[in-house]
Amino acid sequence: MNAIIFSAILGVVMMFTGIFTNKKPVITLTAIIALVVLLTANLMNSYGIFSIQIDTKELLHFNKIGLFFNSLIIGATLIFVLLSGSEIEKLGNKTADYYALIFFVLCGTAILTSYNGMLMLFLGIEILSIPLYILTGSDKHNLKSNEASLKYFLMGSFTTGIMLMGIALLYGATGTFGMASVGTGALPPSSGVQGPAFLQVAGLLLLFAAMCFKVSAAPFHFWTPDVYDGAPSVFTSFMATIVKAAGFFAFIKLFSANANLLGPTWNILLSFVIVATLLAGNITAVFQRSIKRMLAYSSIAQAGFMLFALYSNNDLGTEGILLYTVAYCLATIGFFAILMKVKDYTFDGFNGLASTQPVLAFVATICLLSLAGIPLTAGFFAKYYMLASVVKAGGPLWMVIVAVLFAAVSAYYYFKVIQAMYFKEGQPETSEITGGFKFGLVLVAAGILLVGVLPSIVLNWFYF
Amino acid sequence: MITLLLILTPLVAGLIAFSLKQGSSAKTFALLASVATLAIALVAVFTPGTIGYDAAWLNSLGSRISLKADGMGKMLSLLTAVSFPIIFTAVYNNEYKNASSFYALMLLSQAGLMGVFLASDALLFYFFWELALIPVYFLCSIWGGEKRIAVTFKFFVYTFIGSLIMLIGLLFMYLNTADQSFSLESFYAVKLTAKQELVMFWLFFIAFAIKMPIFPFHTWQPDAYEQSPTATTMVMSGIMVKMGVFAVIRWLLPMFPNAAAQSANLVIILSIIGMIYASLIAIRQDDIKRMIAYSSIAHIGLMSAAMFTNNQTAMDGVMIQMFSHGVNVIGLWIIADLIEKQLGTRNMSELGGLAQKAPVMAILLVIMALANVALPLTNAFIGEFLMFNGLFQYNMIMAAIAGISIILAAVYTLNMVQKVIYGELNATTEKATEIPFNIQFTLVIIVVLILVFGLYPQPLLNLTGDSVSALFVKK
Repeated sequence: MNAIIFSAILGVVMMFTGIFTNKKPVITLTAIIALVVLLTANLMNSYGIFSIQIDTKELLHFNKIGLFFNSLIIGATLIFVLLSGSEIEKLGNKTADYYALIFFVLCGTAILTSYNGMLMLFLGIEILSIPLYILTGSDKHNLKSNEASLKYFLMGSFTTGIMLMGIALLYGATGTFGMASVGTGALPPSSGVQGPAFLQVAGLLLLFAAMCFKVSAAPFHFWTPDVYDGAPSVFTSFMATIVKAAGFFAFIKLFSANANLLGPTWNILLSFVIVATLLAGNITAVFQRSIKRMLAYSSIAQAGFMLFALYSNNDLGTEGILLYTVAYCLATIGFFAILMKVKDYTFDGFNGLASTQPVLAFVATICLLSLAGIPLTAGFFAKYYMLASVVKAGGPLWMVIVAVLFAAVSAYYYFKVIQAMYFKEGQPETSEITGGFKFGLVLVAAGILLVGVLPSIVLNWFYF
Repeated sequence: MITLLLILTPLVAGLIAFSLKQGSSAKTFALLASVATLAIALVAVFTPGTIGYDAAWLNSLGSRISLKADGMGKMLSLLTAVSFPIIFTAVYNNEYKNASSFYALMLLSQAGLMGVFLASDALLFYFFWELALIPVYFLCSIWGGEKRIAVTFKFFVYTFIGSLIMLIGLLFMYLNTADQSFSLESFYAVKLTAKQELVMFWLFFIAFAIKMPIFPFHTWQPDAYEQSPTATTMVMSGIMVKMGVFAVIRWLLPMFPNAAAQSANLVIILSIIGMIYASLIAIRQDDIKRMIAYSSIAHIGLMSAAMFTNNQTAMDGVMIQMFSHGVNVIGLWIIADLIEKQLGTRNMSELGGLAQKAPVMAILLVIMALANVALPLTNAFIGEFLMFNGLFQYNMIMAAIAGISIILAAVYTLNMVQKVIYGELNATTEKATEIPFNIQFTLVIIVVLILVFGLYPQPLLNLTGDSVSALFVKK
């Protein structure tokens, strides 16, 4: 409960900060302090030291994994603001509002990690999404940003409609919004229906489609490249990591309880979505000229890997999604922070970065190696757990082989950046880079390597 | 502890080397570090019995930092430890831009190689398998020839796909172990159905076959050898290809004995095709580096064929040949590099008469060339003889066809010797001079190794005897 309440209050506090001061660094500093407060509050909740108790009539249910995931999300946001806060400051005069919106997004994620019914799921998704529509369009004078915002808003609203429809059908079938009752099928025996009712299956499928849209899984991924490309890079970084991870958490939570209703169809459906997502993301990413767009497609590809946790639905999968979140957030936030410092977003714009900015090039390399899943980086264990969970769940071996082949494809486009930085000549233009920024980057790289050698650090913390 | 030091010394030295100032300090440092590693390796070799190290790592996964040096492990760590000082001495006069990074990456790849040869935990093995690859990728792409980026990337993608496929195999085996552990013993003890075993066999084999490389997975190799800086080529062809051979013996054959026996015919036929095919291409090469690259494919083909004959004699031969081929091919690369540096060309057609200008080099080159043909009295003869012996017992016709490659080897190697050091001097070779002292020194060491093990291979056989007999007792 702490995370939900504190993030909402701190969001309002951030809005008021804008009234009292115009100095942007002060606003960023306030946001950092507020994030630390939020993180502390959530940690206190998870260790049982202090938590606000409100009777939610079982609409929300707080458990260890949800709280731990909150901490990961808030921690990732903190790293994000520390590294890229200066980029938010560059976006017009509404800095305080942007931070407020980020806190509202965090409020949405905190609901998504603890929802215990369809209503709260819906509220969480909406609280998460609406600030994102605004953030996407925050570069007001840029036509691409406006277009992305409008596109995201229209398609997102449409999906929300589909989701509501699904929830309504489920309610019609079972007479309740609760999670558990949906799973067990609460139809009275007198209704004479064997197994899940048609409405229930239809409702779940609609929910499935809507959630696929939110985590940009194929074939509902078409909005992703345009929105990620059009949005200001700093918010792309936020959306592609923190928001997406929260969406996955909600997705897995929903379907780990209800997937059995769909019977064997579920596995066929999900394998199709996984393979389609891997295919669409990886193959299209290969052909991109802009690194930012490449990252948008690669985030679709990474979503394909994260979906394995949904497929396997076992302990390894749960540990895997936690590890994947850490690995993916660290690497993507780190790499986006570097990308934003480079003026030219094409591959050629990175030519020769290693000679002009060795620290940036080194950290970027670690991030890219992690995204590609090379051993010694966090990304390796993330992928490892995903594959292991599917093999353990008795998933088809062909799907695993397809996945690793696509991982090899992903190495192709990630390494193209490394090639540009190290093996090609050039004088890339970069904006001013402070010592503190470099230090932060090095810490991110150290974190990636540390988790890559000892993933148990993250997992032990989870099983404290 | 000794085994851990074998990995840590180059690893730590490599990390330190990154921070060294540019200039000659890096190469001196790297040379000293590699000599230190050699000293540790010698201690390991002369310690009797199997030595090992074990420490906790990922308890929840059942993976430990567990190292084990039996005879084969010791022999290959010795090869790695001997090769690096030789390589560093031989390229001592070369100037590399960013020398400290160059030597640092070389040392890191040495650490990875040592780890591969010593790991007795599957996940650790996989880590080192990749750790050996990444530094080499950077070495070739930064300091290589003009087509380096595309060529090295091809090499990287090939081996990366292989590793990932192996990872699936590792995962499957791991989840089928009785105690959920990555240890070598647990992997050996896994019971699979015949069909599963066959699928797993190929998942692992493709990864190893790409590394060796075996026909038809070899296409990355000649280009990569040609384009890499010669020091890296020496590492790749002298030691890295042995990773594949080693992995088959350490992991593949004991884990899947039935599938290996079942697939032996196919693998041996592929290997023999590779031998003949590579030898024929080697004859047509004008570029010395490419010729050595193809000749290397032919030699590896024989090793891979011999491994699958399920014959103890042949396996002894593979052990000796792993060491011999590593040493010999490094010698040939040193000469190739020297000629290129001095005369600016690697084409045999433009060379000739070097014996008049550099008699010492000529003598040493002839001995190494004879070793490449596997003439008696050279170390390669023992290995090839034992391997052909095993192949002959397995299948006479296959042995006969494979035997053609010996003749072909004589054709391309002697042709090279003839074109390079005999004949008339021409405008290019006029300016050749005798080789510098440091290179003479390394070549003499190599020649001594060739002759000593050619006359008296028993120490090597004794060293690796335990690994070989363990392999056959198991079955």
